[in-house]
Amino acid sequence: MNILILGAGRVGESVAESLASEANDITVIDTDPARLATLQDRLDLRGVAGNGIQPSTLREAGIEDADLFIACASMDETNLVACKVAHQMFNVPTRIARIRSPEFQHDSALTTARDGFAVDEVICPEESVTRTIRKLIEYPEALQVLEFGEGLLSLVAVRAVAGGPLVQHALAEIPQLVPSTDMRIVAIYRHDKPIHELAGTTHIEPGDEVFVLAATERLRHVLGALRKMDRPVKRLMIAGGGKVGLRLARQLRGEVQMKILEMNRARCDYLATQLPADVLILHGDSTDEELMADENVQDMDMFLALTSDDEDNIMACLLAKRMGARRVLALINRGAYADLVQGTTIDIALSPSHAVIGELLAYVRRGDVEAVHSLRRGAAEALEAIVRGDKGSCRMAGRRIDEVALPRGVQIGAIVRGLPVPGDEDSLALGDKRGDARPEVIIAHHDTVVQTGDRVIVFMPSKKQVREVEKLFQVSATFLG
Amino acid sequence: MQSVLPVLAILGGILMVFAATMLVPLAFAFLGNDAALPAYDGAILLTMGCGLALFLTCRRFKRELQPRDGFLLVSLVWSVLPAFGALPLMFHMPGLSFTDAYFEAVSGLTTTGSTVLTGLDKLPLSINVWRCFMVLIGGMGILVLAVAILPLLGVGGSQLFKAETPGPMKDQKLTPRIAETARGLWVVYFAIALACFLAYRVAGMGWADAFMHMCSTMGLGGFSSYDASYAQFNSPAIEAVAVVFMLVAGVNFALYFVAWKRRSAWGVLRDIETRMFLLTMLLSVLGIALFLTVHGVYPSFVESLRHAAFNVVSIATTTGFASVDYAQWPVFAPVLMLFLCCFATCAGSTGGGIKMIRALLLVKGARRELKRIVHPRAVVPVTFGNAVVDANVLQSVLAFMLIYGAVMIGATMLLLFSGLDVISAFTAVIASINNTGPGLGQVGPASNYQGLTDFQTWVCTFTMLLGRLELFSILVLFTGSFWRK
Repeated sequence: MNILILGAGRVGESVAESLASEANDITVIDTDPARLATLQDRLDLRGVAGNGIQPSTLREAGIEDADLFIACASMDETNLVACKVAHQMFNVPTRIARIRSPEFQHDSALTTARDGFAVDEVICPEESVTRTIRKLIEYPEALQVLEFGEGLLSLVAVRAVAGGPLVQHALAEIPQLVPSTDMRIVAIYRHDKPIHELAGTTHIEPGDEVFVLAATERLRHVLGALRKMDRPVKRLMIAGGGKVGLRLARQLRGEVQMKILEMNRARCDYLATQLPADVLILHGDSTDEELMADENVQDMDMFLALTSDDEDNIMACLLAKRMGARRVLALINRGAYADLVQGTTIDIALSPSHAVIGELLAYVRRGDVEAVHSLRRGAAEALEAIVRGDKGSCRMAGRRIDEVALPRGVQIGAIVRGLPVPGDEDSLALGDKRGDARPEVIIAHHDTVVQTGDRVIVFMPSKKQVREVEKLFQVSATFLG
Repeated sequence: MQSVLPVLAILGGILMVFAATMLVPLAFAFLGNDAALPAYDGAILLTMGCGLALFLTCRRFKRELQPRDGFLLVSLVWSVLPAFGALPLMFHMPGLSFTDAYFEAVSGLTTTGSTVLTGLDKLPLSINVWRCFMVLIGGMGILVLAVAILPLLGVGGSQLFKAETPGPMKDQKLTPRIAETARGLWVVYFAIALACFLAYRVAGMGWADAFMHMCSTMGLGGFSSYDASYAQFNSPAIEAVAVVFMLVAGVNFALYFVAWKRRSAWGVLRDIETRMFLLTMLLSVLGIALFLTVHGVYPSFVESLRHAAFNVVSIATTTGFASVDYAQWPVFAPVLMLFLCCFATCAGSTGGGIKMIRALLLVKGARRELKRIVHPRAVVPVTFGNAVVDANVLQSVLAFMLIYGAVMIGATMLLLFSGLDVISAFTAVIASINNTGPGLGQVGPASNYQGLTDFQTWVCTFTMLLGRLELFSILVLFTGSFWRK
């Protein structure tokens, strides 16, 4: 796919890196030639220096052939105008803009309308991170919670702990041990390496990172089966009152008790006016242990380090954990740091640019892909795609799961049946008529039959298998199988 | 050692590609059923075998190429491939020493075109085809070819690309993916080569001659299948075709690629470097034609113009064809021609030398210094087109000039030390470092490099390699910091 990226900042760079590894043609526009030069040395892409809202620069970058335009410059204005230019002058099929300001988000007609700024999809890394953190606060036992099938199904990563009913048992024993909950374990990582060829005899060991698919409403039972349940998060300390911190505090107000540590005095004043009085704003360094002790960090259910400085976040989390905070989460931009600390003293390392990649990947994947989530910092991937065609034209439709030829290690985890299929008027009308006929979540077993219109959730341990998986969903008139 | 192994795996792959290119002379030998046919069987099998063995033994060490690996690989490829390219010559002519065969192959691949062989007319057709075909491959670059067709080079490909393509500014990519860029350049190159081939045929050459001289012209090499070079044909039409395509090949091929993409040739003609190149050519041809007429070398201005146009363009674009023994002209003319070949061709062309863009930057830099003497506080950026040239680029141009001068002096001293006369020594070095071919004196257009001793041949061989890879890529291997962990 021919992709044009505007802005070689943190987001632009990680987007480029993630897409370049999949044999896409990528061109990056930025005003800083030095930044482009280093990017060009590291990745197989082309850099064009210049102002990305000027048609001449866009033309030089080959926008006429672009399939996808991603504007992720630092200013909303640039991104909005660039999308408008890309649409009106060059007719680029898909345009994505990174927008920080909440007033220009998805629902704004000005942003999305053809005669407005003509943005097809708004991405906002801060919002994605906030959403991810909220999930982790809701399920404090999990390392990662990802939703599929419009929220009906969840994939959760969790570290198995001795004492959980399933731990130290074989996978084949699951139905007897927790008969009430249908779930499917799609991958197990032991000491950061995947276990290939999961079989009924594979045992879950304490310390394993387990990826489980289950209906969202049964998620608590699933987590309880793998580790002792924590009590829900009631008290929270946030280090860093930046964009993410403020967003999170706004969304969580009234639900939990919050204390926010912020170093900049003027920012503290601003936060205090923006948030209700029961949110305590503290002026001080996020790594000031006296302040943390005074404010009872040891009683916190969760400590979140959300400053823009990786090192500060890591140190603050180490300190908070040592002083007794129950669970700590650090925002870490640099991939190397994130790999280094994840699963050590720091419970969760979250990479902001990563949270947003999945939303973009859904546009890059061929076929009817509804959602993509990148796992383990881009190494693995889970995607949700709609099955089209019939037994004669698609490798998936009308077949039992054990009849589908899957690449090695790839697993079909679950199916969501009965959701409307976009673009198919019949099914939309049907959905209306059925009224209360609820879509069902089917956890995949070897004898489950895939039907046309199903949303299939596929887990792949390596990104290299993406092409093969896409082929499974492609509909071709000539395919005879 | 660990760092060399992945490089060797890729070298193996490139050797296999190189073996495949020997199928071209093999086809000629097979069709013409000439005496050199058995030489290719051995050469192809040996090259393929070595390549495969290297590839298979080192394959498991494969990893992303680092910038350092790029330099190492480029130097290895350019020093190892000529040894294999020399095989058909050695198999066919057992009397030929390795030194001479290797010199001939290096001269071909670096598009120099100086030869140690006499009696070219009596060689089997396929041997001459192979000599010329090496010029065609070396012109656009072996590694550019490898990047274009071998899937095993990812990001590392752009490192190789930079280490091989000539010119001071190489950050500008033509397409998002480096393999696409390489493929595009080769397609453009072949398209122009095809046009050149047909033009030669129409102008009156035989099919085989047209093919060989096309290879030699496009690569700006200078190999011919006749000892007499273009004097053999004595045809104004053929000379005109040669002049046109030598000028075409002296321009940056990236410009043709862009023109092809945009369906407009304006970009080529608007380019400052191209304009200066063509202007320099025009002025020197007219000047020398006038000079020859005034000195009465040829009876009419038209005849002077014909010989000046062909020989001046040939030498100045670093090709090295000759249609007359221009060494007999009053000494100003041949010396000026050798001086032109040092800088006339454009970056990104198949020519050698300092390149027009570096020369322009040097002139602009010098003008700035002069201005600063008069106005000490003036801020005078060096610009090229509309863009300000980065200080780093200017510095690397200066460093290039310094090393260029040093290599030239060093190599000349070595040749003088070995007993060569001063004219021959100095012009041999100029002709080698700029990948031109013929010099003056003992190595002039009427004779060749056969009279040199083995030591002198090796000096010229090394100088040709240095010139083709623009000094840095090879010399960096001789620095301690390159090898330090």
